[in-house]
Formats: sequence, C-alpha cells, structure tokens
Amino acid sequence: MLKSKTFVKKTRSGGVMKIVREHYLRDDIWCGSEVCTECKQESTALQRDPCLESNLCSYPHYVIPDTNVVLHQIDVLEDQVIRNVIILQTVLAEVRHRSAPIYKRLKDIVHEKEKNFYTFTNEHHRETFIEREPGESANDRNDRAIRVAAKWYSEHLKKSESDTGPLKVVLLTNDQGNKQKAEESGLLVYKCEEYIKSLIGNPELVDRLALSNDDKNDITSSKVLFPEHLPLSRIQAGLKNGTFLQGTFRASRDNYLEATVFVQGEGEESTEVLIQGLQNLNRSVYQDVVAVQLLPRDQWVAPSSVVLQDEGAAKDDNEEEGEEEKELRVSAAEAARKPTGRVVGIIKRNWRPFCGMLNASIIKGSTRHLFTPADRRIPRIRIETRQADALAGQRIMVAIDGWPKHSRYPNGHFVRSLGSAGDKETEQQVLLLEHDVPHQAFSQAVLSFLPTMPWEITPEVMVNREDLRSLTVCSVDPPGCTDIDDALHCRELDNGNLEVGVHIADVSHFIRPGNAMDKEAANRGTTVYLCGKRIDMVPELLSSNLCSLRSNVERLAFSCIWEINHEAEILKTRFTKSVIKSKASLTYAEAQMRIDDTTQTDDVTKNLRGLNKLAKILKKHRILKGALTLSSIEVRFHIDSETHDPIDLQTKELMETNSMVEEFMLLANISVAQKIFDEFPDCALLRKHPAPPPSNYDILLKAAKSKAVEIHTDSAKALADSLDVARVDGFPYFNTLLRILATRCMMQAVYFCSGMDSDFHHYGLASPIYTHFTSPIRRYADIIVHRLLAVAIAADKTYPDLMDKQKQSALSNNLNYRHKMSQYAQRASVAFHTQLFFKSRGILNEEGFVLFVRKNAIIVLIPKFGLEGTVFFDSKNKVVPKVVFDEEGPSLTVEQHTFHIFDRVMVTISLDASNIQHQKIRMSLIEPVVPGVSVSAPEIEPLAKKPRLDR
Amino acid sequence: MGNVVQRQTRGALRFQLFRKMAGLELLSDQGYRLDGRKATELRKFQARMGVFAQADGSAYLEQGNTKALAVVYGPHEVRGARSRIRHDRAVINCQYSMATFSTAERKRRPHGDRKSTEMSLHLKQTFEAAVMTQLYPRSQIDIYVKILQSDGGNYSVCVNAATLAVIDAGIPMRDYVCACTVGFVDETPLADLCYAEEGGGVSSLALALLPRGGQIALLQMDARLHQDHLEALIEAAMTACKGVSKVLDQVVRQHLQEASVPSAE
Ligand SMILES: [Zn+2]
Repeated sequence: MLKSKTFVKKTRSGGVMKIVREHYLRDDIWCGSEVCTECKQESTALQRDPCLESNLCSYPHYVIPDTNVVLHQIDVLEDQVIRNVIILQTVLAEVRHRSAPIYKRLKDIVHEKEKNFYTFTNEHHRETFIEREPGESANDRNDRAIRVAAKWYSEHLKKSESDTGPLKVVLLTNDQGNKQKAEESGLLVYKCEEYIKSLIGNPELVDRLALSNDDKNDITSSKVLFPEHLPLSRIQAGLKNGTFLQGTFRASRDNYLEATVFVQGEGEESTEVLIQGLQNLNRSVYQDVVAVQLLPRDQWVAPSSVVLQDEGAAKDDNEEEGEEEKELRVSAAEAARKPTGRVVGIIKRNWRPFCGMLNASIIKGSTRHLFTPADRRIPRIRIETRQADALAGQRIMVAIDGWPKHSRYPNGHFVRSLGSAGDKETEQQVLLLEHDVPHQAFSQAVLSFLPTMPWEITPEVMVNREDLRSLTVCSVDPPGCTDIDDALHCRELDNGNLEVGVHIADVSHFIRPGNAMDKEAANRGTTVYLCGKRIDMVPELLSSNLCSLRSNVERLAFSCIWEINHEAEILKTRFTKSVIKSKASLTYAEAQMRIDDTTQTDDVTKNLRGLNKLAKILKKHRILKGALTLSSIEVRFHIDSETHDPIDLQTKELMETNSMVEEFMLLANISVAQKIFDEFPDCALLRKHPAPPPSNYDILLKAAKSKAVEIHTDSAKALADSLDVARVDGFPYFNTLLRILATRCMMQAVYFCSGMDSDFHHYGLASPIYTHFTSPIRRYADIIVHRLLAVAIAADKTYPDLMDKQKQSALSNNLNYRHKMSQYAQRASVAFHTQLFFKSRGILNEEGFVLFVRKNAIIVLIPKFGLEGTVFFDSKNKVVPKVVFDEEGPSLTVEQHTFHIFDRVMVTISLDASNIQHQKIRMSLIEPVVPGVSVSAPEIEPLAKKPRLDR
Repeated sequence: MGNVVQRQTRGALRFQLFRKMAGLELLSDQGYRLDGRKATELRKFQARMGVFAQADGSAYLEQGNTKALAVVYGPHEVRGARSRIRHDRAVINCQYSMATFSTAERKRRPHGDRKSTEMSLHLKQTFEAAVMTQLYPRSQIDIYVKILQSDGGNYSVCVNAATLAVIDAGIPMRDYVCACTVGFVDETPLADLCYAEEGGGVSSLALALLPRGGQIALLQMDARLHQDHLEALIEAAMTACKGVSKVLDQVVRQHLQEASVPSAE
C-alpha cells in the first residue's frame, strides 16, 4: 500500500558530513485515548476515567513527563499508582540515548497493560512535528517539541465528550525555563515533586522520589567536603596527554577508606592504583568508571591490612577528618608501597538499586536517615522517608540520586521493601538481587516453547538418532538429585575390548536457537544452587522431567561412545544422538555399596565395576600428566523437612564413585572439545584455566617454608608432585590445609571462543583443550557445545549466531559473569545457613587451624564445619593488646604469643547478631591462652530437644 | 551450513557497517521506522520519462532520496567484437555508475570498480529476463544508469528507472520489471530500505519481479538469513514490487497522456 502521497516530506541535515534523511509526517497517528471519537484507532491505552487523584488538579487528566522526569523519577513511574501517562517519542528517544537501563525499564512499563501508558509518535505527526530553529539548541528544540505535543493533546481532547468535563493533560517538568514557557502557552504544568506530593492517599510514593538538585542544598551544610569533579572535556584531555588514568573503581570490602582503581592497559597489561582517604576517593562508588591522577612518588602508601567499617551514627558533614583516617597513615616499608592516586573525575557512574537496611536517625521524627547497604563496598546512603518506623528491621532497596561535594554521604531514595531481615525468604531475595541472579518465574513467552504433555518419542524424533534403549545404562548422582544430566554404560565387546558410553541429556533437542526459552536460558547462564533452593536455568518440566535421565523411562540423549582396551587406552571415539532407557538411578553411596558387595552380580553392578576399574587407571594417567587435586571443604546441611531450617551440618564426603563419574565426564568433555575444535576452529566454545602468575604462590610458599616443606610451582606437575610429598609428622591435616591454600592461588577457569584466543590450556586438569559438554540441564555453555557437536556430526542444523565468533565471545563473557555470581551467591547462602545453624546450636568450642595471618587478626578454619572465621585482636571496646605483624613470616605476635599459619588453636564459635544486617560468626580464642585476649571456654549449652527458630 | 542463505563476499563490509550503525532503533514498538514509514510502506516516488531527446529512451526516477538517471540506446548494430553477436536475439549491455557527489562522502569513483561491475552484471541479467530480445536478432541494446544521489536501494531504483527508459525507447518487454530492497528486523520485513536501514545490521535482499506472471528476474542477497525467514522475506519483497509496478504504471500512463496531447494538436 502506497501512502507516500499523503505525507509532507521534510529533510534534515546536520553534522560535518552532510547527511540528508527523509522524514515523513503522517496524519494517521492517533491519540490513544478511550474518550476520543475523532481518531480511528483500533485499541486505546489511555482510560476514559484516569484514576489519578491530586489536590493540585481535581479534574480528570493524563500526565506527560519530560525527559529529565523520566530519567530521574523512573522509580515513581514504575509505581502501580501512576497510570495513564503519555510518553512522547521525543522523550523516549532522549531517554534511549542517555540511559540504556532506564530505557529498558520505561519500555517494560509501557508494555504493561495495567499501567495504561501510551507512546505518542509526535515526531512523525503532521501537527506536532517542529523543525529546529536557527540558533536553537537541540535540547531547547526537544523541550519545545514536548510543549507543542502537550498543547496538541489539550486541544485535541477538548473536542471529546466526557461526563466529567473535558480531559486535560498535565505536563511534568523540573526545568524552570521550560515550565515558564509552558505556562505562557496556557499549558497545565507542575514540577514533578509538587505533583507527586499532591496525589491523594499515597504518602509512600513521596519516599520514592529522587532528590532533585534544588533539594540538596538544604540537606547539607555549605561546607565543601570534597574536591570538585573535573568536567569530561578536561578528563579527556588529561587521559590523552597521560596525566590521568581511566579505570574501574573497586572499593575495599574491609576498609571503607581504601580502594583500588583497576586500569586496563594496552593488551594484557593492567595496573592497579591505590586510593586512600575520603578526599582522594572523592565520592566514587564501587564499579564507577573514574579518572585518577597519580600522586608524587613520595606520597605513595602501602595497602593497609586494617579492617575498618563505617559504623555508628551519621557523621556530621562538618566533622573534622576522623581518627580512623589517620590510623591508615602508618609508615610502610618502601617496597610495600604501591602507586597511589586520587580520583579527579567520574567518567561513568554504575549505580544500581542496592539492598540494605535503614539506620533510623536518633532524632525523633526526623525524616532523614542513613541507609547501610548489604554490600560493604557501597557507602552508606542518606535517604528521606516518613516511614522509618515501619522500615526498621526490614530489608529495603535504595537507589542513589547524586553525591554533592558538600555531603559526607550520597543522597538517595527508597525504592521498595523486601521483607523483614533475618527472614529466610527475604535473605534469599537479598542475596539473589545482590548477586544479580535472574530469579523471576519463567514468563509465559518462555513456557510457550515447552513441549506439550504427554510427551512421547515420535518417528521424527528418531531421525538421525540411534536406538540405545537396550543398553544397560545407569546414572550415579548425589542423593536427592532430580536434574540428572549424565548416565553411563560399559560392556565387553566381542574383540575383548570395552565399550564405554557417556550419555548426556539432549537438552538442545528441546531448546531451539533464538526462541524465548533459549534467550532466557542464555541470559541465566547457569542453574544456581542455594541451600534448600534451586534456581533453574530451564523450566522444571525440562530440568526435572523430560531432560532428566531417570531410570526406567525413555529419554533422549547425546552419547559419546569410546572403544577402550583394558589399559584404558582409547581406540575409537564416536558421537551420536540417541535414545536410552536407564536401568538404575543410583546415589554415590548406593553405587559404592554395589561395587563393594561381592555377592551382587547383576548387569548394573558389573557395569559399575568395569567403569570403576577403568576410571582408576584414567585417573592415574591424568595425575601422571600433572593434573592437580586440590581441596576445598564443601558443606552439606541437613535441612529439617518441616521448618526448612538447618539442623545438622556435615562436610561432604568423597567416595570412589564420585571420582569414577568425574573421570568419565572429564574424558567426554575433552573428546568433545577436540572434536568441535577440529570442525570449527573459529567458533568452538571452550574452557580454559590459565596458569597463575608466580606471585600468586607467595603465600603458599611462605606458609610451606614455615613448616620446612618445599613446594615447587614451575609447572602444574611440579606443584602436584610437591603437594603429594608434603607431610609434617604428627600433623595429618597439614596436607589438606596446604591444598586449600594452593586452591586459593589458582586463577578462575573461563569460557572463551576458540577464534578469539590462542591459549587453550587447562592448567588444573593438565589438558591442552577442554570444554563443558556434560551438564546441559544446568549450564548454558553445554547447550552451545551440544549444538556445535550436533552440527559437526550432521545431526542438527546450524544457525548464524552459532558461527559468529563475536557473538559467541559476548556470550562467553555473560556465562563467565553468571558463573562467578552464582558461586558467590552459593557461598553467601552457605554462610547464611551456617549462621542459622549456629543460632540454633548456641556456643560451640572447636578445634581449628590458622589459615591466614592479618595485621590485626588471624583467620581460622574449622575443619569439622568447613567454616572460616576471623579472630580479631583489636575489638573496639576493649583494651588493644600489643600486636606486632611480621609480613615475611608471615606471623603475628600478640602480647607474648606468636601466631603462624597452620597453628592449631581452640576457639569458641557463636553468632554475633548485634548487627542484624551483617550477622556474623564470631570466633574468640580459647587456646593458646594469651592473657587479656583469650577467653575461658564457655559452658556449652545443652542442645534443645527440638531446635526451632523463630521464623 | 545448509540452511543458511548467504554469500560471503561482502560479509566483512556488512559487519563494519553494522558496528558503526548499531544503536539505531529501526522499528519502534509503535511500528514506525526511522523516517516515519510503516513496515510495508514504500518511499515517495517521483519520475519523468523522456528527459533526453538524443537518446532512444530515458527516464529520471526519485525514490525517496535515491535518485537515478537511466538512458537507453538501441536496438542498434553490435559494436566491437563480432563474437558478441547472437543470431537469435539481441545482446544487452548495461553500465552502472555513481556520481562523485552521490554520497555524503565525496569520492572519485573510477569506472569499472568491483562494485559497479557487479551491479552492471546484475542489471544485465535482470533485463535479459525481461526484454523480448528475440525480436532483435544480431543487435544490441545499451542501458546506462547513473546514481545521482544515493540513499539506499541503489539496485532497485536503477532497475525501476531503467524499466521506464526501456519503455520510453519503445522496446517491448514481457512486463514491467520492478525491483525492491527489503530487510528483516525483529521478525518484521521492511519494504524499500533507505540507507540508514541498509547499514543498520538488517539482513537485506533485493528482488526484481515481473509482477503479472510473478516471475523473479533476479534475487540478490549478501547477508546471512535464517532459512525459515527467507520465504516471508521474499513474499514481502514480491508484495512491495507489485506496489512499485502500480506506481510505474501510473507514471507511464501519465507520460503517454502528456505526450499525446501536443501530437493531437
Ligand atoms: Zn484522538
């Protein structure tokens, strides 16, 4: 259909290069209001009876916000109360240009039907398009366009019939000039704050208002506390001539007065600049991109090992530089000094809403309060709220609005409440939010791509698929596992060799590239396992049913089948899509029992014995090649089935069968990695584990030396060998401790795209190439690897993104990020449950070992619980004992006693709930006895008959 | 790679453009494109036929901001190598060029660069399918097309302009050859792409159609596209071409009316 005849054509030009673009103006853009009889629209978004009741405007009206109102008050716009809003195209375009996250939130609001938001395409409407006038700035032009559109609406709606009189539109702007001009042209216009405050019956909405520039002045004193931030133009000039460096600001978790700025140099090079003191930190917040200037060499300092929290009542803005700051300036050895600098300007803020709690002001009736974020790297935020009493004891979310130079704290506003602190649900919510784990229920769009039930294997499914249902396949997993993604078989061939198959759930059969389910899984990246809760990457129907290789049901699989001789040498490898029917789903313990029980001679057991025998040889080979076996203690909670509270805590025990399954999974991953790399050298998704830089081993070497043990770190093999022989008489736990330390020296393993990198080596496994193939139910990387392998064996079709190394590289980055975050979330969840456990158990006395020595503390590991805790020697309200720290040892001398790494200590463990937000496990020293420091062993409270926590 | 329609030759070029232009929203949620058109709408057409008296046929066509001039000579004797003579039909010689001032960046465009040669070849193939060459054995028809201003869809505009010029020259064709460039954004096909859209990372396809019979004279595609989308995209292109044919038909009829008025005097 050709409509061009009815359009008026305009061209616009600009820039140094003359760009001429067509701009069609239309007369078929409708107003979107229910009352309108003139427009020929099919559907309407704006209601006949807009339910916004305000005592400023008592008539029915729609609201038009300008760009800055949307950018700053998105939290208010998101509130369910705010409805019937007109978003102009001009505003939408400006928001898109200025802030991607807010643009996304705005679009989400517009899509929500109940919000009745309407987007008016004013720039293409014949009557509302305006051209920029000579001498008019782009901003002024856009403001004028907004006014013209608002004017058009008010004229347009006048014609409409309504029982309550004509509908009006209200323009919201905080710009004084814009407001004045709008008033002159006869528009109804209000400042955002005054309008929101006038809304009847919604007092909490006021709390969600972001503070505007005008309000800041009366909150804080006029005294300038911080140096001015340089304008972007000067920062850019400085970056160019090398006086400034650009980097990401990383606040210290332990010390609020210290941070590092991570400067990414050319290529692999990168440096860290140390920043100390409030003035030098200059209002930077964790993750901001900042410009730093290096201080002269003689002012460089060493990172302090002091732990400092910004605590207590709000500090007055006028207060002189605190004692704490001076504490930092201890003279350090010349060698320990690091490049030190100060922040001169902010290049990009990276603020998000933060979870945390309110510290209600001591002044009664005050509306200004301090908010303490859960993340210690985020400074405390000053917010204004009238519901402080209601919010006390709750976990809330707060967004930062700005940080003026005369304010000790950033200013922010309340976003929403998550529930009461300490509540399991709330805490879980907090740790998911804080670790950026997508945890909403799957949307309808995602669920629509699930197969319809009852699902069965049709002939189409069997195309390119081998029927392996007759094989004796079984799976071995931890107890309670419902997402079984691997199963194994082993049988003797006629030629005397063995055939071993690893069968992996064929998830990529169900998740097709590019659909909503695939996109959701790609974004989630991984299933997140918290204590007592699992946040699935794919909907449950797949994860726990159709893709789970349960026993006695027919399931689709992707099989990797080897012919292996009795020396565990691989003779042949092949891959095929298949259908299997597992004969048994076993736990590690059950499998172990079958192997050990010589009376059992059924097929499954014979299978297991064959696999176990081969696995032992494979493991021996691998270790000979230099694979590392490192230690970390994993904890399992026994959860009360009724209350879901942890009632017992136990370190995970490793059995032979654990390692049996692991051995074959490693083998499958390596075989698949080689295959997909051979087929697609440019776009194979692989996993590498870089060798750690030598300096990482310092702490391990020092620790070992203190026990006269020598550790070699030249290669993985040397390290593995020297760890194997590291023994200290009468100290059987020494080797495990050493391995725990070695684990801490390692680098993170990462996914990458083979076309973008040249170093593929996996250090920990001592394998030249590696990938993830064996857990597609819970890792997205495995799905991609499945797709690549399927294309390689012509079992499935390809699609463009799979072969695009840029896209794959971007995907790897997301997967790496999600994996890291899920690990952190998992650790946080274990920590929270440990606290619950100790809360119910009361005080315990346990044996532990010193793992690290800090300047004012020792970090102790309790092997029984796999628990790490800090014993501080300079508690605030006690007399500080004489403490001498020796970096070389490293050792810490407290009064008469010197602590070294690996020292055996007795500690008492209790829960310190004094700070409800950061409840922590408190450890105090019992043995060795250090006068004035150690405590006498408290009586252990008898265990209550049925431990029950207040929920 | 069986299911992906692609041609690698210009992949790198496409990719660079994509990087540069990423960030434009090609289709708003309200269904409007960058320039205010809806997905299936064509740009504004303006055309004149018979602009040069010396040539056997000529036409000037504006499709939005893309402007092309087409000139036809012939049919005449075959010039140059006698081996080019076909005893059963006329040979068609096409030459495509771009004016130095046709793009935002002024640059000298030597004759016979790779892009022009490719374009010339495509035009030749298109018109060999449309012109009834068997009526003129042992002869030659020259079609010269110059892009005066370029704003996307150069091939399509050239085809449309040349069609008008061939008609002006009175050379019989099976049907109008109408061409249109279409692209795929968020599952929606966009008709008659402008430059900003072509560069915006869209998988685009140019199609020349003989609308009455529905025969495809030429289909050209440089980008990657999923197989499942190909049919929908071709469908959209054919609809757009039919729209073009209506406009061209109007132009021809109007021209004939104007031309017949003075002769009747
Ligand atoms: Zn209307």
